[in-house]
Amino acid sequence: MVRIRAFEDAAEDASQGGVAVYGQATSGRAKVRGPLHLSTGQEAVAAGVCAHLTANDYITSTHRGHGHTLAKGADMTRMMCELFGKAHGFNGGRGGSMHIADFSVGMLGANGVVGAGMPIAVGAAHAQKIQGRPDITACFFGDGAINRGPFLESLNWAQVYRLPVLFVCEDNQWSATTATSAMSAGAGAAARARSMDIEAVEVDGNDVLAVYRAAQELVNSVRKGDGPKLLHTRTYRVKGHVSVDKAAYRNPSEVEQALARCPIKKARALYLTMPGARADVLDQIEADAQAEIEAALAYADACDPPDPETAYTHIQTVGAGQWH
Amino acid sequence: MALMTYAQAAVAALDDAMSANDRVIVLGEDVGRGGIFAQYAGLAQKFGPDRIVDTPISEAAIMGAGVGMALAGMRPVIELRVTDFAMCAMDEIVNQAAKNRYMFGGQGTVPVVVRMPMGIWDASAAQHSQSLENWFVHLPGVVVVAPSTPQDNYSLLKAALVCDDPVIFLEHKTLWASSGEVDTSLDIELGKAEVVRTGEHLTLVTWSRQRQVCQQAIEELANQGIDVELIDLKSLWPWDKEAVLQSCRKTGRLLVVHESVQVGGFGAEIVSTVVERLPCQARRLGAPRIPVGYASELEALARVTSQQIVDYVQRMLAQHTDQVPTS
Repeated sequence: MVRIRAFEDAAEDASQGGVAVYGQATSGRAKVRGPLHLSTGQEAVAAGVCAHLTANDYITSTHRGHGHTLAKGADMTRMMCELFGKAHGFNGGRGGSMHIADFSVGMLGANGVVGAGMPIAVGAAHAQKIQGRPDITACFFGDGAINRGPFLESLNWAQVYRLPVLFVCEDNQWSATTATSAMSAGAGAAARARSMDIEAVEVDGNDVLAVYRAAQELVNSVRKGDGPKLLHTRTYRVKGHVSVDKAAYRNPSEVEQALARCPIKKARALYLTMPGARADVLDQIEADAQAEIEAALAYADACDPPDPETAYTHIQTVGAGQWH
Repeated sequence: MALMTYAQAAVAALDDAMSANDRVIVLGEDVGRGGIFAQYAGLAQKFGPDRIVDTPISEAAIMGAGVGMALAGMRPVIELRVTDFAMCAMDEIVNQAAKNRYMFGGQGTVPVVVRMPMGIWDASAAQHSQSLENWFVHLPGVVVVAPSTPQDNYSLLKAALVCDDPVIFLEHKTLWASSGEVDTSLDIELGKAEVVRTGEHLTLVTWSRQRQVCQQAIEELANQGIDVELIDLKSLWPWDKEAVLQSCRKTGRLLVVHESVQVGGFGAEIVSTVVERLPCQARRLGAPRIPVGYASELEALARVTSQQIVDYVQRMLAQHTDQVPTS
């Protein structure tokens, strides 16, 4: 959680002035260009779920995917290089923040299209089942995705074939700049899953222990072959939709309440109530994360940009470069 | 050699590929019963429901799951019933399958074959009759194939099944029952055209079902002493530019014929490619820009006929060669 927060804060800082949306101008100063979707405040979901996954398990993610990628075990330096658009980035600078991915640890990609990772997760899980592997797929999606067709199609598919997939709704209550409650009929992801006889568990997404325990039970069940499950986590999107969105459309008291429920603060406080707890252990975790992010920023800053000729590679094999 | 229908040739190609590689599987509606055109006939009995997978009517999930399966090491054949229904899976085709390899820096590949039967289907009206090959040719990351004969369907489907790219595989809805000799030892490379007939006066370039329509026109033109060369592209991306240029250097006249709408079509791309490089009189002929109607009188208006081709060729030959653009 602390590493994710450090990454998000650093990425946000590096993106300042770099996005021409919501009427703001670009300054050209930004090292992270374009729309940056932060998961600040949602760290407990990524950490609590991915703690139960191995590198052989897959995840698919959303456009807000930094936390999932780090929690799945991706290297922070290569992630920052990708956000900086550098050659050492996981995608060689082709993807940036919205398409962050590390296939080597089973992270099959963030996705710029809401809900689009869901059928991909179902296919990956279907392959795992056919191949007789002991692995599973965890599919992160947002509360806004439940109103898109692929949500329904994916849950139905997973249940029909009893696939080893854990759907994780990261319900941060906001769909871009509109409150999800105003746009979604019914009680949300868990209720819709139950309508297809998929077991769904609802949990406080800002309580990392609660997420950890609920995910542990569901992951074990999915791994055993019990079919798909859904974990509905209720959290909060502390930042705007993208980094330059100040979210003036929200009630400030709503944000204040969310900040008071910060998952990192909550975890810290909880830990310190435990027998034998040592504050210096927590301080060391934070110091390590700071050192790691500073090294990642320095490396990304110094790293070469991609050779423009690489724009013509990895397109396709047959016919690639024909009309270069 | 064996006599096969276009549909049987596809079954034979799949049977061979599935026998050779257990990572090849089929996903689609009604495929367990052999597919709505019998293009999967008998395969479920031989390979079982785990490899010929009947799916819900969920095109987005069929296509998206195919992408996920491919990333996890399988080689799915994705059945989308007709091209028109690909619209329900367009994000999955365009944003997910085609761009995956590039966007993620080559970390994964998406070796899927997406079968979406194209073209006018008699009395089926506007939502079951489209030819949208130019949409997919415009999309970086995919291979586009449109076989016109049983031999091509066998050989090109086999080539598509070993290709590491997403292949948009456009069989024609009215060709399933057409039959011909198939040599199962014949390999056809993706991207290679066939010179179906040599001729001196004009080059006709086409693909899919229009090959047969062009052949009718060529017979009529031959009776009038007009000697036409016919090229079947077979693959639309990549396409065999050299075969077309070589023919046009000889004949000095090019007519591209396609069933899809004439404007903004792939014919314009071929014409441009040729006139940018050669002095050549070049034209394209396609359908008017109307949806296909149900009544036979309306449907007929959306078809490119052999008589139209004959008329077009005659007009081109009547034009003085001084009008030919040079470059």
